[in-house]
Amino acid sequence: MLASQIRELCEPGRQYTFMEVCGGHTHTIYKHGLEDYLPEAVTLVHGPGCPVCVIPMGRVDDAIDLARRPGVIMTSFGDMMRVPGGQGSFLDAKAAGADIRMVYSPLDALKIARMNPDRTVVFMAIGFETTAPSTAMTVLRAAAEGLSNFFVFCNHVTIIPAIKAILDSPDQRLDGFIGPGHVSTVIGCRPYEFIAREYGKPLVCAGFEPLDILQSIHMLLRQLADGRADVENQYTRVVPWDGNRTALDVISRVMEVRPFFEWRGLGFISQSALRMREAYAAYDAEVLFDVPGVRVADPKACQCGEVLKGVLKPWECKVFGTACTPETPIGTCMVSSEGACAAYYNFGRFTRSRHKETSRT
Amino acid sequence: MTADQTAAWAEQAIAEAAHEPGSAHPSREEQVLLRIERARRRRPKVREERITLAHGAGGKATRTLIDAVFVDAFRNPALEPLGDGAVLDVNGGRLVFTTDSYVVSPLFFPGGDIGDLAVNGTVNDLAVCGARPLYLSAGFILEEGFPVADLRRITASMAAAAAHAGVTIVTGDTKVVQRGRGDGCYVTTSGVGVLEREITLGEPMVRPGDAVIVSGPIGEHGITIMIARGELDIEADLASDTAALHDIVATLLDAVPVRMLRDATRGGVATVLNEVAQAAQVSVVIEEPAIPVRPVVTGACELLGLDPLYVACEGRFVAVVDGDHADAAVAALRGHPLGEGAAVVGVVEADPAGLVLLKTAFGGTRIVDVLVGDPLPRIC
Repeated sequence: MLASQIRELCEPGRQYTFMEVCGGHTHTIYKHGLEDYLPEAVTLVHGPGCPVCVIPMGRVDDAIDLARRPGVIMTSFGDMMRVPGGQGSFLDAKAAGADIRMVYSPLDALKIARMNPDRTVVFMAIGFETTAPSTAMTVLRAAAEGLSNFFVFCNHVTIIPAIKAILDSPDQRLDGFIGPGHVSTVIGCRPYEFIAREYGKPLVCAGFEPLDILQSIHMLLRQLADGRADVENQYTRVVPWDGNRTALDVISRVMEVRPFFEWRGLGFISQSALRMREAYAAYDAEVLFDVPGVRVADPKACQCGEVLKGVLKPWECKVFGTACTPETPIGTCMVSSEGACAAYYNFGRFTRSRHKETSRT
Repeated sequence: MTADQTAAWAEQAIAEAAHEPGSAHPSREEQVLLRIERARRRRPKVREERITLAHGAGGKATRTLIDAVFVDAFRNPALEPLGDGAVLDVNGGRLVFTTDSYVVSPLFFPGGDIGDLAVNGTVNDLAVCGARPLYLSAGFILEEGFPVADLRRITASMAAAAAHAGVTIVTGDTKVVQRGRGDGCYVTTSGVGVLEREITLGEPMVRPGDAVIVSGPIGEHGITIMIARGELDIEADLASDTAALHDIVATLLDAVPVRMLRDATRGGVATVLNEVAQAAQVSVVIEEPAIPVRPVVTGACELLGLDPLYVACEGRFVAVVDGDHADAAVAALRGHPLGEGAAVVGVVEADPAGLVLLKTAFGGTRIVDVLVGDPLPRIC
C-alpha cells in the first residue's frame, strides 16, 4: 500500500534522486530488495555514511605500521579487517605476523589491555557520532582504572561536514536526503536544519526497518509535492530532536574537532573528524607513536569518490565487479557490507537487471 | 606527511581487468553485469602472497586456493568433481573415500567436542555421497603439555560417536609438536564407505523444477562455537547440532529420487547452494520465511551482524530432490529424529543461471553470493 502511495506521489515525468546517507540504510535497502518497491522515477544514491568506506588508504597504512611495532596488539572492528591500504589490509598484516584482533566493542579492547599488562594495546577507533561515545567512554574508563597500556588511534568522523561537502560539490543532483538514524540518536535532528534552510533540500531522519525507509521516501515525496523543504523525523521512537546530551558531553570531554581530515574519495574536509583532547594525550596513539602520516593516492581508476557523492551508481564505476570485487577490493566501498558497491555486488546485481517481475509474484 | 605513494597492486589489478575481452566502457547496466559474470567464472588466481584466515573459511578464498593450488597440482577425474568425497570404482564395486581435519577451538563446547565432530564430520561426508560408512582413520597432532585427561575425553567421545554411526576406527597416527606450535589438539580423520545404491548424486544432476530442502534448523554449530569462545560476553541456550547423518540420509534415499546432497558445514547453506547454482548452471531461488532458523540463532546473528545462511552446521544437510517428490521427501525426513525441522526452502529454476536468489520476508528479491572469507561482523 505504501508502495502504491509512493507511486501516486510521483509527478509524471519527474525524476527523484534521494541520498541515503547512512550505510546501514544501504544495507537494508539491498538486503530486503527495497528498490523493487520503488517506481522507476525514484532513484536512491548511497551516501558517505559507511564508516569503513571513508577511511583513506593512508590511515590504514598508518594503523598497520602501528600494528607491526614490537609489543603492540592492534584491535579493531571486523569491518576494518579487509580494508585495503597501500600495503595490504589488516588481514594481510596479520598473516605476516602482526598481532591484530577483532573486537566487538572498544571495551573488549580495554579488556585485552587489562589481561596483557606487558603489551601495548591500540584500538583503531572508526565510525561517526554513533560509535564515538563508546570510544570516549572507554578512554574515561581506562583513565579511571589507571591503565597505561591502552591507546586509541582515533579515526572518528562527523557526518555534517561530509553532507555539506556533497551539497557543495558541483556535480550533485539530489532532491533530498534520508537522514542517518543511528547518528541522529546522538546528534539529534537540529544539526540538519541548514540543509533545508540554506540548500532547500528536504531531509527525513529514518529508521532501519524496510518500512521505515519506505515511509521516509514517502515523507520526502510529500514534502516535494507540497513544495516544502523541511527536516522531519520518521524515527521518533529512537531519535530525540535535540539528540543525546550525555553522549555528546562524553565525546566533547575526550575529543575535539580536527582542523581537517582526509576522506576516502572526498578528499580533505575541514572540521570533519575528531581527535583526542590534550588532556587525554596519554591514551592517544598518535601522540605516543610517531605515526608516519602516509598519504596514499587513490588508484586512478577507482571511483569511490563519485560513488560516495552519489554521482555514479556502483555499477557505473570502471572497475566494478572486475578488478574490484569483495575478494580483492580496490576501493573501500567494496569492503564493508554497508558499502554501496559491496551491497550492490552481494545483493542487488540481480534485482536491478533481469527478472524484475519475479520479485512481484 | 611523506611524499604521495600509489597502491601499485591496485593499478596492476585494474590493468589486468582492462585486458578482459569485452571490457570496453559499458553504456548499460546489463553489459556490466555480463562482464561481472565473466569475471566470476574466470579461472581463479591466488593474488595473496601468504595464506590468510580467509583461505580456510570455506568461501571464495578457499575455493580459489583449492582450484588454483591443489586441483592444479593433483588434477585427476576422481578429484575434479570436488564433492564431499571421491567415488572410486574398485573391482566392480564403488568405494567412497574422504578426509577432513578438525581444528575447532575450544575443543569442548556445548553439544559436543572435537572428537565427535571429527567422527561425525567424516561420516557425514561419506553419507552425503550416498555411501554406507565403514572405516575411519584418526590422526592426532598434539601440543607438548596437552593434558592426557583431555585426550582421553576426546577419544572416549570418538569411540562413542563411531559406535553410534556404525563405523570402526581401524588405523591412526600420533605426532607431538613443541609447545606453542599447535593449539592443544588437532584431529584428522579419513573415511571409507561403500556405495551400494544404483544412484549418481551430484550438482550436475540438478535441473529446473527440482526442490531444495534443508534437513533442520541452520547455523547452530557455528553460533555455539562463537559463543563458546567467550569473546562475545553473550550467553545463549544453544548447543552444537553435531550428529551423524548416515541414517537420515539413508531414510531419504529410500523414500524419493535424490539429485544431490551436501552437508552444510563451513560457509553454511548459502555456500552449498552457490556451488549447486554454479556447477549445474541453474538458478536456486529460496524463500526467506521458509528457512528454518531457531529464534536464538536469529537473535545472535542480528547482534553480531551475521547472516545465518553463512553460518556452519555440523548435523544438517541440503538435499535437492525431484520437485514432484518434495512433500514425500520432507515427510520422510520429519519421520526421523534428526529431521524434525526439515523444510522445503526453495526451487531450482533455469534462469538466471549460476545465481542464488532469496525472496525476502518483506517481498523483495536479492542475491545470495558466496562470502570471501569468514563473515565479518558489522559495527552499526
